[in-house]
Amino acid sequence: MSTTAVNFKESATQYCHDLDHRQRIKTALTGYEVKRDENKARFTSWEEARQIAAEIKYEVISHLDQYLELFEKNLKARGAHVHWASDAKEARDIICRIAQENQVKHIIKSKSMTSEEIHLNEALEKNGFDVFESDLGEFIVQLRNEPPYHLVFPSMHLTRHQISETFTAKLGSARVTEPEQLTMIARDIMRQKFCLADMGISGVNFGVAETGMISVTENEGNARLTTALPRIHVALMGIEKMVRRMEDLAIFLPMLATAGAGQALTCYNTLFGAAKLPGEPDGPEQFHVVLLDNGRTAVLADAEQRDSLHCIRCGACLNVCPIFRNVGGHSYGTVYGGPIGSVITPNLRGLQDWKHLSFASSLCGACSQACPVKIDLAHHLLQNRRNSVKEKPPAFEGLLWHGFSFVMQKPALYRLGAKVGGLLQPLHEFVKGSALDPAKGWTETRETPQIAKQTFTQWWKENRQ
Amino acid sequence: MNSREKILGRIREALQVKAPMPGHHGEAHAHPAQTNVDGIRHWLPKVGANWEQQKDLFAQNSVALKTEFKVVANAAAAVAEIKRVAAAGKWKRIAAHRTPLLTEVASGVGLDTLWTEKGYAKQDLESCDGGISACEALVAQTGSVMVTTQSSGGRALSVLPPHHIVVATREQLVPDLAAAFELVRRKYNGNFPSAMSFITGPSRTGDIERILVLGAHGPKQLTVLLIA
Repeated sequence: MSTTAVNFKESATQYCHDLDHRQRIKTALTGYEVKRDENKARFTSWEEARQIAAEIKYEVISHLDQYLELFEKNLKARGAHVHWASDAKEARDIICRIAQENQVKHIIKSKSMTSEEIHLNEALEKNGFDVFESDLGEFIVQLRNEPPYHLVFPSMHLTRHQISETFTAKLGSARVTEPEQLTMIARDIMRQKFCLADMGISGVNFGVAETGMISVTENEGNARLTTALPRIHVALMGIEKMVRRMEDLAIFLPMLATAGAGQALTCYNTLFGAAKLPGEPDGPEQFHVVLLDNGRTAVLADAEQRDSLHCIRCGACLNVCPIFRNVGGHSYGTVYGGPIGSVITPNLRGLQDWKHLSFASSLCGACSQACPVKIDLAHHLLQNRRNSVKEKPPAFEGLLWHGFSFVMQKPALYRLGAKVGGLLQPLHEFVKGSALDPAKGWTETRETPQIAKQTFTQWWKENRQ
Repeated sequence: MNSREKILGRIREALQVKAPMPGHHGEAHAHPAQTNVDGIRHWLPKVGANWEQQKDLFAQNSVALKTEFKVVANAAAAVAEIKRVAAAGKWKRIAAHRTPLLTEVASGVGLDTLWTEKGYAKQDLESCDGGISACEALVAQTGSVMVTTQSSGGRALSVLPPHHIVVATREQLVPDLAAAFELVRRKYNGNFPSAMSFITGPSRTGDIERILVLGAHGPKQLTVLLIA
């Protein structure tokens, strides 16, 4: 087993036994489900809306080169700087260079999973920049040196008491536990940081090709401030985030909010197309968009799983996933957790190292049903399994199946096996679940099914013949 | 070859193989769904047929969002409303920007006013108790206020002070997001403001135990005054 698989198993085992954690996640997500369903019901047809959203994404991804070129052309026409990064390192270097060339000291960030993907904070800090996450959840996990737990709810695994302790220890704040008081502590600190920062870094939810704009979705207003007060705005964007025109957002913004957080619309949805323009009172002097590949073109090359690039990172598949709810967001050991993470991580970071994520699935299909852009996640998990086995067949399992096939083709051998098995099974009690048990992985936490005293063949002979 | 060429080259090579259509297990579409504005509009939440109904929908959404929404008869009534809010919050200083209507309204409030349209110091704006701005549109379907850098006093006025008051006029109420996009397309004819934002309720977070807290980073309160 790869180290990533060992770590996953260890962490998953630990989280599955943590009943408080499971209860917490269940409570949070049950609340989400109620709100999501209320807002889904407001659509004239959520299902038809899904189909349209999927087809828009299909159109864009099928002509991605053209949409990206148009997007770039329109951005540049209004003075924005567009950078292309093949991989994580190149993107980090570009952003560090922008900061260095402009004598930046303080950087404020609004939530961006793509920046987590390229480990941007570490790189910026190593280069001597002061980096602050402004999203409340991200700020909390940054203080705790943890990665975000969930794509949309980074701190959902923590209680108010844990957050209070973190604030007291790291910020020296008064010991308060009400969510409102805790939020106000963060607000006050961030206000100073916003006014101080020279550079703001944001993510991108959608890139609008026709008018050369990026769209950023958030609830807190931190992305609005990140892009209003510092003198430089850098937006980091995966190349797959394109839509055709502004009007496409009329469907994507409500769907993202409903699927992602159970809201009708997220509090702030903002389009940025340029730095401060003549006649405008404020805004950054420079606007940079960094387009990131980092393995996305490899996913694009797999026509079977190309639709995983339709993902709008709403997190709906995580919220409904029985695996995610039990093993928790940190067990995945990757930036993108849950079903979408289990589908794309093996394709972005190596099939053999990450295939275990595709096996950690009950194949219930809840993710495929939840996806607002109809990514066939449950089938992609199966395809990853198939591809991984094709690439590197598991020898022991192959041997077992050969043995099974051999026995099944010899009725006498099968009957003997059933008889001997029945006789030996009482002895299994003595080794069940221990190191001597050949079926330990299964029997450790489960009861062994009893082999019937009478075989079906015997029963048939006695009763029917 | 630079990264741009490399990435575009990889994309073009990948796209030589077509992917199956979404949602139909690869079968060809009998009736291609409409993905233009009308097609999109068709499946979204219903909006009323006339101004009155759309105003009621905006009001209904405002309640759910915790936006304070009031229809007022004229600019003088808007001033009276803002004065009431300012007195209740013991405001000392407000921020606003100059449009013919807003100049009248903000001046009428009678408080020390920071005008943002010609630039301002960040700390100055941060110290204001309320920000008063105009908007591009009110969106009935979602209860959103659309602001832009050119119509609403810049980027920070609507988000930095703790209370944001929007003064809107009758013709600014539009049915849905698509109509708001059409409106700015017509108005700016390609020369869009550098930033355009839909504000849907006061700033909020649920990051601590998924409990709703208003005023995470942006305004704790949002008031929309519709002059009609």
